[in-house]
Amino acid sequence: QKVFRVIPQNDEQVEIINSLASNIQVDFWQPDSVTLVRPKMQVDFRVDASDAFEVEDLLKESGMEYRVLIDNLQAALDAQFDSKARGTAHSYVKYNNWETIAAWTADIAAQNPNLVSRSVIGETYEGRPIYLLKMGKRGANKKAIFMDCGFHAREWISPAFCQWFVKEAVETYGKDTVMTTLLNNLDFYVLPVVNIDGYVYTWTTNRMWRKTRSKNAGSSCIGTDPNRNFNAGWCTIGASKNPCDATYCGSAPESEKETKALADFIRQHLSTIKAYLTIHSYSQLLLFPYSYTYKLPSDYEELNAIAHEASKKLKSLYNTKYTYGPGAETIYPAAGGSDDWAYNQGIKYSFTFELRDTGRYGFALPESQIKPTCEETLLAVKYIANYVLEHLY
Amino acid sequence: DIADVGHKYHLDLVLEDVLAKDTTVNCTAEVLYHLGNQNTAPDVQFTLEGELRTTAEADNLFYNQIKSLDKVLVAENIPDSQGSVSPAMEPVHLLAWVASGYVIWQNSTENTKLQLAQIRRVKQVKRSDEYLEFDYLVLLHEMVSQEIIPWQMTVLWHPQHGVQVTQHSCQPQHSLE
Repeated sequence: QKVFRVIPQNDEQVEIINSLASNIQVDFWQPDSVTLVRPKMQVDFRVDASDAFEVEDLLKESGMEYRVLIDNLQAALDAQFDSKARGTAHSYVKYNNWETIAAWTADIAAQNPNLVSRSVIGETYEGRPIYLLKMGKRGANKKAIFMDCGFHAREWISPAFCQWFVKEAVETYGKDTVMTTLLNNLDFYVLPVVNIDGYVYTWTTNRMWRKTRSKNAGSSCIGTDPNRNFNAGWCTIGASKNPCDATYCGSAPESEKETKALADFIRQHLSTIKAYLTIHSYSQLLLFPYSYTYKLPSDYEELNAIAHEASKKLKSLYNTKYTYGPGAETIYPAAGGSDDWAYNQGIKYSFTFELRDTGRYGFALPESQIKPTCEETLLAVKYIANYVLEHLY
Repeated sequence: DIADVGHKYHLDLVLEDVLAKDTTVNCTAEVLYHLGNQNTAPDVQFTLEGELRTTAEADNLFYNQIKSLDKVLVAENIPDSQGSVSPAMEPVHLLAWVASGYVIWQNSTENTKLQLAQIRRVKQVKRSDEYLEFDYLVLLHEMVSQEIIPWQMTVLWHPQHGVQVTQHSCQPQHSLE
């Protein structure tokens, strides 16, 4: 089987894809179905080996821009499974390095094709693909919740939670009523690690690194704080203009390839994304806009009520206490945050989680706490997702 | 707000024993941050409403273990990257935590929130008297600026005489490598 990537330029070329799909078996990887294909869109689809020649001829003849993404799908899948044995095996109760997480994203999608698909939304500064997992039962016109982890490199419990969430989704779909309803009626976009370069750096060189790894013009200091790099009151407060500082806001909003990729994706899917969750550590907080100003958002009452309930759900499991509220007054004022940006884009339900603990271990949270942290956080996330589903807008 | 002096905060706290989670002690405190002078530690007055549990047995155990070592204790990265602290290093970690509490107090303002992030290096310094001495290089995490600040501290400890930080100084960032 071959996987093709085409970019139809106009309605005529879209029509060619349509007729192709009606003549032979085409499995669309992105978008989900042929009916969603539009001009200028990147379209990935799988065809049987026996049809591959015909497809390639057709594409060549039409003059459409295309390339073969995967030449032999089975071989690619086999290689992925093999590499798991070669490197360190993936574990949901251990911290996994990037290579292991990357392989896991391919595996989890391959093992659960009806619930999970993987795509690449961009490249990091150092050229690594930024993987996104789309979770949910395939369906048309579904609204979505976007969740990302690993903004800040040293916050290892964060990517661990995204992986846990995906595991819970695939393992309890069809068994847990809430999860099943959520996945049937909503899509979840899960970005397991945003700041991949930084994450790798914390494994190879400096466990306490926070920022991206991009070079800064005119300075020997590296990196931008991705959560000060969004266009929301950018660099006005709680961020630094000094590239050597941990909260450096960058040379401009979305100067970082990682933040630009995330923002681009959200902008492209704005009509479907109804909630934005971004996972950080530590401090045990559940925050919502605004952080760039002390001014309260117009949805303050509703967001505060949701945060209150979600914190209560989280606490119910192991008595872990969370504080909640608008970012500026609950943690500190800080401009350029992705949650504020998402909210101002119109994504009403925008939350930042700061996971365990409150400072005893801080960033170096023991692996023995991964499971309890993830279990309790999942309760809060499911509560929020369920609320969103019942209050779609 | 106290004109010409600074800002005073009255706090009602519940202290939780980290090693015995169901043990709590109520505490009231007053903290005075001095106006202008960022080089003076805030004044702290406090009253504990109750008693702290005794740790004499564990203290003496640790004390004797260190005293009986053939070679001076040397260790790095506590906790390690995965958040692990070996049982033998637990007391060393706790001692650093207490000592860094003093350093943090001495260096706090209304705009800082400092926490011990990790012990980079610890080396025992042999003494002829009864005290145990440890030379620590710790990493402090400042929450507002999000900076990691390396800090050297010399810590003296004795089961009956408690903890003393005899010397401490913040280190340049590049000393981390």
